[in-house]
Amino acid sequence: MEILVCVKRVPTVGGAITLTADRRAIDTKASGFTISPHEECAVEEAARLVERFGGTVTVVTVGPAVAEEQLRACLALGASGAVLVETEPGVEVGPIATAAALHAVAAAGRFDLVLLGNEASDTGDYQVGIRLAHLLGWPAATGIKALAMDDAAGSVSASRTYRGVLETFALELPCVVTVKEGINLPRYPSLPGRLRAKRAAITRVPGLESAGASAADVRMTSLRVPDAPKKQATVLGQGAEAVPALVDVLVELGVVS
Amino acid sequence: MTVFCLVELDGGTVDGGAAGVADVSLRAITLARGLAAPGGLAAVVFGDPPVQDLAAHGVTDVYAVSGIDGYAPLAWARVLQWLMSEPANPELHESAGESSHSAPELPGRHAVVAAGTERGNEVLAHLGAITGRPMAANCTQAVDNGGDGYAIVRQRWAGLLLEEAVLEGPTALLTVATDAVAAVPDEAGTTATVHQVAPSVDGSDLVVRAVETPAGAGGASLATARVVVGGGRGVGSADGFGPLEELAALLGGVVGVSRVVTSEGWRPHTMQVGQTGTKITPDLYLACGISGAIQHFAGCSGAKSIIAINTDPAAPMMTRADYAVIGDLHAVIPALVAALRDRAVPNG
Repeated sequence: MEILVCVKRVPTVGGAITLTADRRAIDTKASGFTISPHEECAVEEAARLVERFGGTVTVVTVGPAVAEEQLRACLALGASGAVLVETEPGVEVGPIATAAALHAVAAAGRFDLVLLGNEASDTGDYQVGIRLAHLLGWPAATGIKALAMDDAAGSVSASRTYRGVLETFALELPCVVTVKEGINLPRYPSLPGRLRAKRAAITRVPGLESAGASAADVRMTSLRVPDAPKKQATVLGQGAEAVPALVDVLVELGVVS
Repeated sequence: MTVFCLVELDGGTVDGGAAGVADVSLRAITLARGLAAPGGLAAVVFGDPPVQDLAAHGVTDVYAVSGIDGYAPLAWARVLQWLMSEPANPELHESAGESSHSAPELPGRHAVVAAGTERGNEVLAHLGAITGRPMAANCTQAVDNGGDGYAIVRQRWAGLLLEEAVLEGPTALLTVATDAVAAVPDEAGTTATVHQVAPSVDGSDLVVRAVETPAGAGGASLATARVVVGGGRGVGSADGFGPLEELAALLGGVVGVSRVVTSEGWRPHTMQVGQTGTKITPDLYLACGISGAIQHFAGCSGAKSIIAINTDPAAPMMTRADYAVIGDLHAVIPALVAALRDRAVPNG
């Protein structure tokens, strides 16, 4: 089974988010970079499928040259090939152009399955996987929390919960599936894996001048951190002695009669 | 301008009762109303439409779609594409075009709006792909800029950042953040005209279709619960959740957890509140032993009120809460449970 996993380099966000002076990016002078938890799970899911059915996992990103760091992290987790579609540093690539770039890579290989995170943790566009599926002419399922491949590896059963109901989609391969954290618990990279990742070759595809780049899209003009609610927490007390005051608040809020 | 709103229904499927409009869809309709010309706010419902609810929120036309069995995202997107294409709807588009609206009505401008749920984002992404148009997910504002498109504000990082952007082109496809826009009834809203439509759909658009089975308690009830009792690292173990569950039951709520709890395996991921878990919008979030990582706030900032219980008064959750109790949850929660039980028993 040949699997392509799409990942994206994003800042590691810990405490408060600070923006650059032009308010068009997150200030990353003091932060590292990572991929989203959903994508870590996509890589893990692909590695498990290949352990069961054989084949390879190729990981791809559309990003600046430094996104090599994230590709090598994925190689340490079980991917055996990596492709970097290189973009200009500091230039955002919208969801339509990203899907077009991924399509070029996906269509050039013989993949049975393309996995993505349900949404990138930074831009949260919720559409790259579906646009890619349409370009490939493949079926797609999104937001998936459980994936069961049939023994012949010809179809997959993909499920998620929606308003208290379990929704299960049956898809024939080849197909596109976007997954969410919780589908599995990703492994830690092994030492041999890390050594292999250091040496592995990365296929570089030059920056895209494809049709997608000039299409109408959502164009960011500026970013802002939402005003934190100017709250001054009312301290109700210390320990169990605070319980009467706490009950009064619950009554006031209408959750206790 | 005509705005089509994909409406999701709440309940009614499981127990056979009449379904209402999901709260997230009322929020989406409220945002859509600001874009629509008078008489141009249309709701699209796959199933039996709760017409009064929709009319009360300003909807003037309801399209009740039948003939598609179950949820099939691509088929739903095709129906929206068909509805927004003018030849399919001379009646609606004429009436919207002839409205005596004070603002100049720009020809050829439409919008399709849905709630930023699994289904809403999915169907609109399909619609974007089949029409070749851009789609903006999880918007909090949208205004027709009268020129190259729409000025929007949308959530990034699950709402930790806001993006101001131009959604380019005459057709706006957008979803509305589920935790940032309040649902407001329309004072002028009175009646809506119901149009029964049974579009023909290609079999190929029905290939991906949901088979629905009841799920265990979890993610969904968390998203719609009015009270959520949250537990974090401070709970200390899987067994430590007993008192929190007891408290949640007393308050008619559910338990949610922080990411560390699921990565420790104390509780399943379906209970996780946060950027990569569930976004909650309860009246009360009672956060116990949760320090408050920024990704956790992305999931709980839609709560109307937050009470935090923590041993560390400087924890971010304590400083951003409305009320704080400084102390060990293992002492506070059992005492609170006891106090609530005493209240429930009428004094002899």
